[in-house]
Formats: sequence, C-alpha cells, structure tokens
Amino acid sequence: MISVQTQDFDIGALYQQVTASDNNPLGYGAIVTFVGKVRDFNLEQNVSGLSLEHYPGMTEKTLLNISQQAKNRWLIADPIIIHRVGDLQPGDQIVYIGVASAHRKAAFEACEFLIDYLKTQAPFWKKEQTEAGYQWIDARESDQQAATKWANNDE
Amino acid sequence: MLSIVFFAQTREIIGQGELSLPFEQAFSNLENIRTHLAQQSDKWDLALTRDKLLVAVNQEMSPWDTPVNDGDEIAFFPPVTGG
Repeated sequence: MISVQTQDFDIGALYQQVTASDNNPLGYGAIVTFVGKVRDFNLEQNVSGLSLEHYPGMTEKTLLNISQQAKNRWLIADPIIIHRVGDLQPGDQIVYIGVASAHRKAAFEACEFLIDYLKTQAPFWKKEQTEAGYQWIDARESDQQAATKWANNDE
Repeated sequence: MLSIVFFAQTREIIGQGELSLPFEQAFSNLENIRTHLAQQSDKWDLALTRDKLLVAVNQEMSPWDTPVNDGDEIAFFPPVTGG
C-alpha cells in the first residue's frame, strides 16, 4: 500500500495495518518500520520550514515499482509506504515505511532497501526555509552509494 | 505533440512548469529535445545543463539516448531529495 499525501500519519494505526490479516495474510511476525522526520538544522543554518514538491503520477508509479522489487527480493507482506508533500515544520513526520516478514533479517533488509531506493528514485524535492531564505536541498552522494550497493548486490 | 514538464529548480529557473512542443522527426532522442529547448535562451540553457539533470519519459527515468515518440510526456528535473 502506498500513499502520497499532505496530511500527517498515525504510526500506531499504520502498525495495526502492517500486521492486519488482509495486508499480512501469512501472519508474519517480524515487523520493521522506519519513520523520517524534518530536521531543524542543515549545513549550520536553522531550518524553519520545509516544502516538498513531487511529480504526481510518477511518484506513485515509482513507489509501487520499488515495493514490487522488494517483494521479488524478500519474502515479505505488501509494504506500507507513506510520503508527505507540501509545507512541513521541523519535527513533522515526512515518510513511513512498514515491512512484515517471517524473519527479522528480511524485514530489516527490505525496509532499508525501500528507503534507499525511495531516496534516489522517487521524484520528490525538498526546499528549506532558513534565515537566509529558501534553498533547494542538494542530493547526497551517500544516498546514491547506498542505493547502488543494493543494485550491485542483487541476489 | 510532446508534453514537456519541469520540476523543482529546473521549473523555477525556466519560470514555467509545462509546455507543449510540436513533434518533429529531428527529435530522435531525449538529448535532442534537451538541446532544442536549451537553445531558446541563457535561462533555458542554465536550467537544462546536463550535469546532474535527470529526465523521465512517460513517468519513467530514462537514459539520454532513449528514443522519443509523438505523444510522449517528458519531464526534466534535478536529482531527487525525498525521504
């Protein structure tokens, strides 16, 4: 299940959804979740707000595609991926990933794979409001390297 | 007709988010479209500098030598920064 939305999400409700029988019919008991939040500092300038732009349509397609890749690679239930867009404040939740598997190793790996691929392939762009004005955030080489590692390590 | 869309810094530098471009046979691949648009002015040239620019055809990220067909949706944007 994927969702691109402006509204906040409830981690408790999403946890119930990850473990619910319609999403997790085999009752997998190893659950790994990841939550990303807005930081209030970046490159030494205080961040007072964040604006997230996306490419409607392509974003959803990309998230479904990386979900499918994770399901092909590990024995997991359908992952839950939520990503917010629009204006956010420091401390706000941005992204949620929930994965259920029979064993913890697959659940941890699939969750990490999903966030690494999301960060380098899903068309979202962050713009920060700082004391110096608005600035677009630069993509980080370390994120690209993390995603490349999975591609090179295709089992 | 080609539908061209821009996002993030690319959109801001150009000053518009989308345009329609009549299809020409000379547009054999994505790189041809990029150079055609970049020739319009310094602003377009700056926005569409190939260094770090990404491109998607019909909502799928694609290499620059990908062929272009009439009716395609082509998107130009900087490296993505979600998550």
